Amino acid sequence: MQKAYLCLIFSFFYLPIAVMAAFSFNESKSRTVFTGFTFKWYVDLFHNQRILDALWLSLGLAVVAATIATIVGTMAAIGINAMRKTPRAIINNISYLPVVNPEIITGVSLMLLFVVGKQGLTNLNGWFSQMGWGIRVPEEIFGLPTLVIAHVTFCLPYVIFNVSPKLRQMDIRLYEAALDLGCNPRQAFFKVVLPEITPAVLSAFLISLTYSIDDFIISYFSSGNMQTLPISIYSMTRRKVSPEVYALSTVMFLVILSIILITNAADSRQYKKEQRGDKA
Amino acid sequence: MKLKKWLAALLSAGMLLGLAVPAFAAQEELLVDVSDDYDWTRFANDNITLNVYNWGQYIADGTEGSIDVIQEFEKLTGIKVAYLNYDTNESLYAKMSSGGADFDVIVPSDYMIGKMVREGMLAKLNYDNIPNAAGVGEQYLHQSYDPNDEYTVPYTWGVVGIIYNTTMVDEEVTSWDIMWDPYYTGEVLMFNNSRDAFAIAAKKLGMSLNPQTEEEINIIAEELKTQKMVVQAYVMDEIFDKMGGEEAAIAPYYAGDAITMIADNPNLAFAIPKEGTNYFVDAMCIPASSKKKEAAEMFINFMCETEVAAANCDFIGYSTPIQEVWEQLDDEIKYSPIAYPSAEVLKNTETFEVLDDDINQKMDQAWSMMKSYTEGGSGWMILAFLIAAVALNIFVLWRKYHKKKRDNY
Repeated sequence: MQKAYLCLIFSFFYLPIAVMAAFSFNESKSRTVFTGFTFKWYVDLFHNQRILDALWLSLGLAVVAATIATIVGTMAAIGINAMRKTPRAIINNISYLPVVNPEIITGVSLMLLFVVGKQGLTNLNGWFSQMGWGIRVPEEIFGLPTLVIAHVTFCLPYVIFNVSPKLRQMDIRLYEAALDLGCNPRQAFFKVVLPEITPAVLSAFLISLTYSIDDFIISYFSSGNMQTLPISIYSMTRRKVSPEVYALSTVMFLVILSIILITNAADSRQYKKEQRGDKA
Repeated sequence: MKLKKWLAALLSAGMLLGLAVPAFAAQEELLVDVSDDYDWTRFANDNITLNVYNWGQYIADGTEGSIDVIQEFEKLTGIKVAYLNYDTNESLYAKMSSGGADFDVIVPSDYMIGKMVREGMLAKLNYDNIPNAAGVGEQYLHQSYDPNDEYTVPYTWGVVGIIYNTTMVDEEVTSWDIMWDPYYTGEVLMFNNSRDAFAIAAKKLGMSLNPQTEEEINIIAEELKTQKMVVQAYVMDEIFDKMGGEEAAIAPYYAGDAITMIADNPNLAFAIPKEGTNYFVDAMCIPASSKKKEAAEMFINFMCETEVAAANCDFIGYSTPIQEVWEQLDDEIKYSPIAYPSAEVLKNTETFEVLDDDINQKMDQAWSMMKSYTEGGSGWMILAFLIAAVALNIFVLWRKYHKKKRDNY
């Protein structure tokens, strides 16, 4: 009974992916009949510059946005943690708002902000030239800059809420001891605090990475002349989503799966080693 | 710590792959022949990037043995192309009017072109920079959305017709009436958007597919209501799979896609109803906001090159407006009544035009009324969910209350 239930749950999780993987090997473009086995969609995928461009944009954007969000968010979490109780509660609630706020609102408001910002920069340039100064600020912010800003924005709360609990768990006396033993605050942070919260920071980074790759709604409003992978897949829907996309999704799923398996295997090996070390 | 290492390994692997991919696409010789008497390279050193915004899967992109025409354009001219896709005319319009992006070449459909022209969103083209536009057949010019041919160069065109399964339909299909025939109850698919569905019903009634008054809309909506019991489902691109998988007998669809479907499943056939139908054109335009108009015109000119247009036509499957491309086609498709119906049939067709806002609104209202007409249930479902939610809440509160009482006890 228990096993059947487990099977049911896991088939809910993985059946859609299995079906998609199966159809990525389908000879024809049909989504209902399986006409034969082929690798041609995988070959086509690596010739389709459009899909690949979107993929690299999405990956690059995710890495950049997640890195910035992790650094900024960790600093914010440390700052929040050092506050007194009431301001901390207030700031925590404020930074939780973007998570519960519907994405569409975030998306539209960011777009509005960027349009206004673009106008502002144009005006600034006009003013510069009026003053006879040779400096100019770039005006064409739509595209990569707006995407990075938007993605950092919606990743930040997740980073803060990942790192904060770990900071609270940490024994503040460790930090004080480091100071007592002659570290300056910066050394104490890098040698004591940071190693202590590293797992949380890393998982925050990974969560930001996935959210960023995943995001459609917010990107749609702030992408300007760029198209991330989800947007470019969505745009295929007038005619048909090409099976190359199934192939791409299958590849991505396998890559992520293997990362998880490998890290888990490595972790468990480390754990065993440590246990053996303890015994000896 | 381990995790970090793996991440690093993954990232570097990704980068290697990124390097490898362009490497095997970097052959420099051109795969298409272009006209020699055009100065293709005048922007080669200007470091220009053109933003081209087109329908998804609507250009030969190098897959399935086609030529990657954008790559060819970049090789030929030294102009970079940022190629982006949209999925509906409305999302193109929204993106253009939000001010969040600037495009240099767009490919809207007929009625959207009309709307954009009216709102001053398109630039007048300089046809001196697009000599290949002369290759467009006379019958594809002077359309209602651009009567003086100032703003557009047609890209593809086609008609809506009936695709049906010959194993399930014995009679010869000649009329939209068959989509109302109770004999095929549960076997008919219908378009799931108001404009296209209203067009079919209007044509069946012998009316214009651009209704001007509320009365017309009501008459057409009534007709759609009577069709409802026959319809299996209101769908759009699922028609591909449902017809291919023989789940339905009759559906409306676009001629270009019908050819692809028939190639996949020879049991299918296509007919253009005698009452007339919708004729659509997707045409290349340049937004008024474009700052690289001449380069954009060069792109349009390139798309009208015979070999390029032929590659696109072959990849997309829709009909080409370029005379020379048509002449080069195999006889089978060249004289195909599906892809290139006779002038007589075409005379009986009509393009969509922009409707007034209040007519549009009335149509949408009538459409949703029609869809919820017998679909009963859906209203009850909401009520049922509401009751269930309230019941759940009461149950939870009751349990909490009891627990509290027990704890106090």
